[in-house]
Amino acid sequence: MNRHLISAADLTRDDALLILDTADELARVADRPIKKLPTLRGRTVVNLFFEDSTRTRISFEAAAKRLSADVINFSVKGSSVTKGESLKDTALTLEAMGADAVVVRHSAAGAPHRLAGWVRGSVVNAGDGGHEHPTQALLDAFTIRRHLGDRSGADGGLDGLKITIVGDVLHSRVARSNVLLLSKLGAEVTLVAPPTLFPVEVSGWPCATGYDLDAALPKSDVVMMLRVQRERMNAAYFPSEREYSRRYGLDGARMALLPEHAVVMHPGPMNRGVEIAAEVADSPRSTIVEQVANGVSVRMAVLYLLLGGQGPASSPDGSQDESQDGSHGESGEDQA
Amino acid sequence: MRADAPGPPGHKAVLDAADIGRAVTRIAHEILERTRGAEGVVLLGIPTRGVPLAARLAECMRRVEGRPVPAGSVDITMYRDDLRLRPARALGPTDLPPGGIEGRTVVLVDDVLYSGRTVRAALDALNDLGRPRAVRLAVLVDRGHRELPIRADYVGKNLPTSQQEVVRVLLTETDGQDAVLLSQSPPGGPSHRGRRRP
Repeated sequence: MNRHLISAADLTRDDALLILDTADELARVADRPIKKLPTLRGRTVVNLFFEDSTRTRISFEAAAKRLSADVINFSVKGSSVTKGESLKDTALTLEAMGADAVVVRHSAAGAPHRLAGWVRGSVVNAGDGGHEHPTQALLDAFTIRRHLGDRSGADGGLDGLKITIVGDVLHSRVARSNVLLLSKLGAEVTLVAPPTLFPVEVSGWPCATGYDLDAALPKSDVVMMLRVQRERMNAAYFPSEREYSRRYGLDGARMALLPEHAVVMHPGPMNRGVEIAAEVADSPRSTIVEQVANGVSVRMAVLYLLLGGQGPASSPDGSQDESQDGSHGESGEDQA
Repeated sequence: MRADAPGPPGHKAVLDAADIGRAVTRIAHEILERTRGAEGVVLLGIPTRGVPLAARLAECMRRVEGRPVPAGSVDITMYRDDLRLRPARALGPTDLPPGGIEGRTVVLVDDVLYSGRTVRAALDALNDLGRPRAVRLAVLVDRGHRELPIRADYVGKNLPTSQQEVVRVLLTETDGQDAVLLSQSPPGGPSHRGRRRP
């Protein structure tokens, strides 16, 4: 794994599987009487949020705390950024505080990448503009695997699963990260949106595209609804919310077109009644609440693999072996 | 007489499959004897090879006593004291049997007892999982060179070794065969890094 997690494209398939497998084990910590592991004791994780966020920030905070890291929450409101401090100066401040990891959300695409050049610790992208949100893609992959893992490849990938991502692809970092990650894990991803909500470069993405939701639903194993990002829309991308909802919203009738086993996902926060009807969001096929819980496990896995060791984890590639090394008492895997 | 013993060249087979079978059977009987028929006993294997050993002990004890003995696993990766010395590694499974460990006698099971650091980490891990009535330790091989005040309650084979030697336990469940091999560590230190993947 790289030292930073900026883009889902940074992850190899093995890296992604290692994160998901690790998250599987860490998810069980939530069921224990003591929901805490000592692993990141003495490490500092800074949550640097230039954009509003509830679930992602809380999720990262919970993940870091469950691993016993010290967490510093830095939100822009009430900070020197409102006085005009630059990203670089903020980064140097964090550096001086000895941050081992910086979890950053920023409205500008590329901000985490810039930040990675200025700090010694690991940078984890928690959403940068319309660019990427890799941990969301990981938690989505994790959720899909938990529900449909038995329908896909034997090595824990998502091979052969048909995943339809619907809605505001243009403004969605979640869509981009998901396309990159899910396709790497072997899933067949289809994006469905009105023509105005596709980015120009979508033809180069490893996925299919379409404009007709009703045609895509019957052969989908997973349908992921994206939020209509009204705050990023300063032009009219569709005539009215009602028309959008009619053609691209998931209501009960549309949900009935899905195969029996299919699940409905949404990264949140939802616009109930726009991209997803309340009856769908609250139905047993919806994984929306579960996605939030899985987010903590996946982020624990990411923080552990980036910070837990001397350096980032190396994903298994066959070069490593189970055997111990006899000359170092503390390092033999099986040498108690 | 182990001229035909399995294993790659350069290794000396210290225990063969029959030896391992006898050691497991003996340990199972010792546990039964000292716990009055495994009353309240939970066997927890330390991944990787402690897990199949715990399952074998449980099976052996079930055959003798005629009732099931709960067995599971406890992963110690997150509790290791050498995490910072190497890249972060994949986790092994922690599977507690239904009923957990609260108030039970936990028997930790591992393949090799060496520095004692793994066992210390396992004790920390148990601490976060519940409060057992007592914790015991069963190992297939005790090779000495303890770095912590820890000892095993049940030992399959005491194997005096030098620190230059490598003890390798092979089990059918994980390696396709049963054997304990002893070899000299290659000059220049270890050639392999530890890896654990469930």
